[in-house]
Amino acid sequence: MHSTTNILVVGIGGQGVMTATEILAEAAIALGHDAKKTEVAGMAQRGGVVSSHLRFGKKVLSPQITPGTADVLLGFEAAEGMRWRHMLRPEGIALMNTARLVPPVVELGLYDYPEDPIAAMKAAGTRVIAFDATTIALDLGDIRLGNTVMLGAIADHLPFSADVLQECVLQRFRRKGEQVVDQNRRAFEAGRAAVGEAQMAAA
Amino acid sequence: MAAVMPAPAASRLLMSGNEAVARAVWESGVKVAAAYPGTPATEMLEEISTYPDVYAEWSVNEKVSLEVAIGAAFAGSRSFCCMKHVGMNVASDALMTLTLTGVIGGLVIAIADDVGLSSSQNEQDSRFWGRFAHLPVLEPADSQEAYAMTKVAFDLSERFQVPVILRMTTRINHVKALVTVGARSERAGAGFKKDPGRWVMTPAGAVKRIPLMFERDVELRKLAEESPLNVLENGSDRRVGYITSGTAYMHVKECFPEAPVLKLGLSCPVPVERCRELAALVDQVVVVEEVEPLVEMELKAAGLAVLGKDILPRQGELAPHVLKPAIARLLGEPVPEMKVAPPMPVFPRPPTMCVACPHLGVYYTLSQVKNLTISGDIGCYTLGAGHPWNALDTCISMGASMGIALGLDKGRGEADKDKRILAVIGDSTFLHMGMQGLLDIVYNKGNVTILLLDNRAVGMTGGQNNPGNGYDLYDNAAPKVDFAKLCESLGVKKERIHTVDPYQLPVLFKTIRDEIKVPEVSVIITDQPCVLTKAYHKQRAYAVIDDKCTGCGNCIEVGCPAIHVTRRGKEVKASGREVDLAFVRIETSVCTGCGLCLQPCAPDAIVHYEPVSPIRLVKN
Ligand SMILES: Cc1ncc(C[n+]2csc(CCOP(=O)(O)OP(=O)(O)O)c2C)c(N)n1
Ligand code: SF4
Ligand code: SF4
Ligand code: SF4
Repeated sequence: MHSTTNILVVGIGGQGVMTATEILAEAAIALGHDAKKTEVAGMAQRGGVVSSHLRFGKKVLSPQITPGTADVLLGFEAAEGMRWRHMLRPEGIALMNTARLVPPVVELGLYDYPEDPIAAMKAAGTRVIAFDATTIALDLGDIRLGNTVMLGAIADHLPFSADVLQECVLQRFRRKGEQVVDQNRRAFEAGRAAVGEAQMAAA
Repeated sequence: MAAVMPAPAASRLLMSGNEAVARAVWESGVKVAAAYPGTPATEMLEEISTYPDVYAEWSVNEKVSLEVAIGAAFAGSRSFCCMKHVGMNVASDALMTLTLTGVIGGLVIAIADDVGLSSSQNEQDSRFWGRFAHLPVLEPADSQEAYAMTKVAFDLSERFQVPVILRMTTRINHVKALVTVGARSERAGAGFKKDPGRWVMTPAGAVKRIPLMFERDVELRKLAEESPLNVLENGSDRRVGYITSGTAYMHVKECFPEAPVLKLGLSCPVPVERCRELAALVDQVVVVEEVEPLVEMELKAAGLAVLGKDILPRQGELAPHVLKPAIARLLGEPVPEMKVAPPMPVFPRPPTMCVACPHLGVYYTLSQVKNLTISGDIGCYTLGAGHPWNALDTCISMGASMGIALGLDKGRGEADKDKRILAVIGDSTFLHMGMQGLLDIVYNKGNVTILLLDNRAVGMTGGQNNPGNGYDLYDNAAPKVDFAKLCESLGVKKERIHTVDPYQLPVLFKTIRDEIKVPEVSVIITDQPCVLTKAYHKQRAYAVIDDKCTGCGNCIEVGCPAIHVTRRGKEVKASGREVDLAFVRIETSVCTGCGLCLQPCAPDAIVHYEPVSPIRLVKN
């Protein structure tokens, strides 16, 4: 039974995880789905762990994704992918930004940051597609485009057309003028392409 | 926040439970809404303030907010008040007598229980207040219901002249879901009518009101049995029937779509007869409620054989991955094997203070002062208990740092006789409940040094305005508290009150060290704003000169998240002692140039960042 789609977006406070999930929810709603979005975000503002759940389908009951049932994991930060990959169903896929955000407890030498979180996820049996959203955004001229790159990255892994999502993303920037919209359109396409290429390379 | 045009009636919107309640408050013609911020309730009032025709205010604490709402309801207008679960502990004194007077204008109190403690000091079940104060409790299960039940609550409140509790949980307040909204109806207030027998609660008056409260209980019980908010949904799998409410209802439906369910929307008073109806349909009844076994105990007391916390956890959310195995065990079935990969071990990522937070310097300094017991309080500065500072020893409830400090002083044992007692409290917390405690310390001649961290905002809950920063909820100018004068009025000697810039570490250190030696009450006020507010001004960023950095690690001890270790090493000192080295860099894109980290850097390795422009590179 797979009538509800479960998308898990993870990262840390301040990265724009919740906004990204909200835009995904808007796209699902635009297509006539019922949708619920919820967070586990303990004091997220201050660099803590954020995991945002989106469920959509004909009718959504529980807002929470049950561990082992997420269809897609969209990871804004590499180690956070490791933290949450148990949420994926066995055939699920993790789309991972390779960015490493090292918390103060690691800087203080109390814990280690894993050497290669993406490799660790793969070794543990998770299907992962990794890309460097931060560099893509910087190449496009603005680190703030990273979130749009992330949304582009998931665009071809949703049960609906990428155009709908793109429109919802661009809608957010309409007020800021055509130039900003264009920049975001390119960022979205770049995210899409990065995942496409990484997937081809892996195949 | 400025009023905007509300979306037209019949719009279908993606709304959090908080936004949905705010919309319903506006549609219900509420005149006065008051609250003190607190996760997960905060956004209700913030949203209300964006609607026209409603007066909304940040009150100084929850008790005052409820009293403001009570006054408006006495005046015959509809009023609304919201708070996080612990807020009702503060407001309950008013509540417990309000139940005797009742109201004229509808009064709805939304209480948000932080089930699972995403951002709270405890987990409480606010449905208790319905029992304790004899008030009806409504429990929405999603945003649409939060919207609809708020409107019903106002009608009930006026029909029974009783305040109504809307019990929410984090998964209602913060979950976004679709809501179809309606139209606003205007309401003319009834006006205040003098009636001392009802509005002036003396023993003689109250004694006559108590029987009326019991009569109301009977009426409400009847209502609960008939209310369309309590829905019995039949089902084909009759092995277990469920009595449930709030988000738990959604979880039950998710897990057991074929089971009969009694969904309680009006859960207090409990509709016992409806519960019997469900019981008659099924082999066993399980009550699924977050957090306490309230309905369960009441049904057991009424002679119904139900299960509940006997098989379900007493703490946290009753999500599908909790419910399914518990019910499988009950039915003697194999526990459904969820194909869950084991979680991978990763470092923890506790919340941190922001880059350049004005509290950083305070905790860095406190971590350097010996022989202190630090009585803490609630706010961003509670994080001072964590790494790298470890400079906060207690934290209980808002404002408690004051009384606890005095108790630590008066109750000290022989072993602590040379300890200095210091209390740390934020501006909003001080105004909420702290100033009475300070008065108590002064009055009872305590020996406590108080650090009053005035960052001119309620930082923890998102930087709201408060009487300390001179702005109201709408960002309009408002009278501003002068903390130094306030402390002086409470009896602290003028020469024992100091205002310091928390970024000036030597001054801060010296002031703290001097004041803890004085055997009387001193107050040290820090005066720099929260970084996330408009009052904060970013300065030129700093960077580390790699060649100069000796790897001493001093700057890391400040705790600013913009500082990162680039490499580690070891050094053998002349004494033969081996020390760890940590060489650092500063993430210049987020450094705000506060200048804290350079102060403990002996070799002056931290300097203003010089961006290298591509043009210069070419020229070079
Ligand atoms: C009774 C109660 N109401 C509300 C809260 C939520 N809350 C926690 S800390 C805080 C205020 C913090 O503001 P302040 O004291 O100024 O410290 P800051 O976070 O700005 O450092 C609030 C509203 C609470 N924990 N308890
Ligand atoms: S929100 Fe303000 S007070 Fe809280 S940690 Fe950040 S800067 Fe400090
Ligand atoms: S305090 Fe100065 S020398 Fe020491 S680690 Fe920091 S930058 Fe390097
Ligand atoms: S100057 Fe130092 S402490 Fe201040 S924001 Fe920059 S890195 Fe952080």
